[in-house]
Amino acid sequence: MRRRNFLVAAGAAFVAGCNRIAETDAGKAVLDAAESWHKGAHRLLSDRKALAPEYPRSSISPFFRGNGSTDPQNGDYPRHVEEGFANWRLEVGGLVANPLSLSLENIRRLPQRTQITRHDCVEGWSAIGEWTGPQLSVLLDAAKLREEARFLVFRCADNLNGGDYYESVDLVDAYHPQTIIAHSLNGEPLPIRNGAPLRMRIERQLGYKHAKYLTAIEAVASLDDIGEGQGGYWEDRAGYQWYAGI
Amino acid sequence: MKRHAVTTRLWHWLNLLCVVVLFMSGLTISNAHRRLYWGDWGFDASQAWLMVPRFPDWMAIPGYYSLAVARDWHILMAWPFALGLLFMWIAMLANRHFRRDIATSRREWRPSAIWRDIVEHLKLNFDHEGGKYNFLQKLAYGLVLGVFLPMMVFTGISISPGMEPTFGWLVDLLGGRQSARSLHFIFAFALAAFFVVHVVLVILAGPIGQIRDMITGGREA
Repeated sequence: MRRRNFLVAAGAAFVAGCNRIAETDAGKAVLDAAESWHKGAHRLLSDRKALAPEYPRSSISPFFRGNGSTDPQNGDYPRHVEEGFANWRLEVGGLVANPLSLSLENIRRLPQRTQITRHDCVEGWSAIGEWTGPQLSVLLDAAKLREEARFLVFRCADNLNGGDYYESVDLVDAYHPQTIIAHSLNGEPLPIRNGAPLRMRIERQLGYKHAKYLTAIEAVASLDDIGEGQGGYWEDRAGYQWYAGI
Repeated sequence: MKRHAVTTRLWHWLNLLCVVVLFMSGLTISNAHRRLYWGDWGFDASQAWLMVPRFPDWMAIPGYYSLAVARDWHILMAWPFALGLLFMWIAMLANRHFRRDIATSRREWRPSAIWRDIVEHLKLNFDHEGGKYNFLQKLAYGLVLGVFLPMMVFTGISISPGMEPTFGWLVDLLGGRQSARSLHFIFAFALAAFFVVHVVLVILAGPIGQIRDMITGGREA
């Protein structure tokens, strides 16, 4: 028993030491820097347009798990569910020359991409599904992104534990060929738990980047004034990494 | 010549720090989703091959449940861990530590020789004529340096979605992302088992002298 107490004390002391370091400015700076080294290494090693793996139909998971919001009850969302999303609009605005407001019908009429990809949650699980929708690049070209734009912010209808969900990516991921605005999963309209009627697919990053219940896409020069400035709901709330390719 | 080269000593202590932080933050990451799967995908109990126990907070960085902070540490320490291992491999090939002390000869793989080594170990007789390490030590250090530690890096790379466009072949080789995640876990615990045996044997062999030599390099041999 004494040996176990020693282990517990040693473990706790080591953990406390790590936390002490993480609280210092230098500690914070190094922890943040490590994240950007990974992003730099990934982008150095991969072509910017290199694709995440796509799978045959036979690999599709029998059920696609939902996480985070799975049935939003806030604001107009329940009304949209009742209307079958007939009046849902997707706004494309911010630093664009030609803002857009699109209905689901408009979105389905754009050139479509269908991809069977694997979704990796930050928690560790994976599921494979077939997603269909227009590439984000098609919308950005139509909206004429202005030169100052550096990030795309995805606004969502769901309010999770008192905060509005949002996410953001830089232009590399925004223009990636597999970055699509999905309206279908496995050939059917998106289920509510998976983000009906529209969700992002950011295939080279973890699940929390794939904003669900998408209402608007906003081009910005900086993320500092969006939310609490960390670039996303989980980034603001819990300190998750903005670059989720790791 | 010193008992331990300066490169070996530097790497040994750097690697200890990295492995401890990576393991302890890894326990928090494991707590975030405690099931392991084989193949490309998996998310619920019916697909799992193992339900991992929940690890208590005192052994997990940051000491309370925060997947984000645990990932911060894991992401940081992955760098010195992987680069340090690369450095150690270059150093021990260049200074012949690997050829001289760790690589085994065919003679040492004879069952009678292995059996004798096991018996001597059980008698706690750690004197070995000839080379610096006996067969079991060579096997243990060879496995750790050549398989367990590199596999932590390779399976770690394979779990990262941002690496997959370039390293998809590696993910396929490991049997898919969830297999890579399972292997990441298995090799982490293989390292933990090595760590326990290693510390016990150092204690039995005289911890003060062993630790001093790994710091100062030890007597000129």
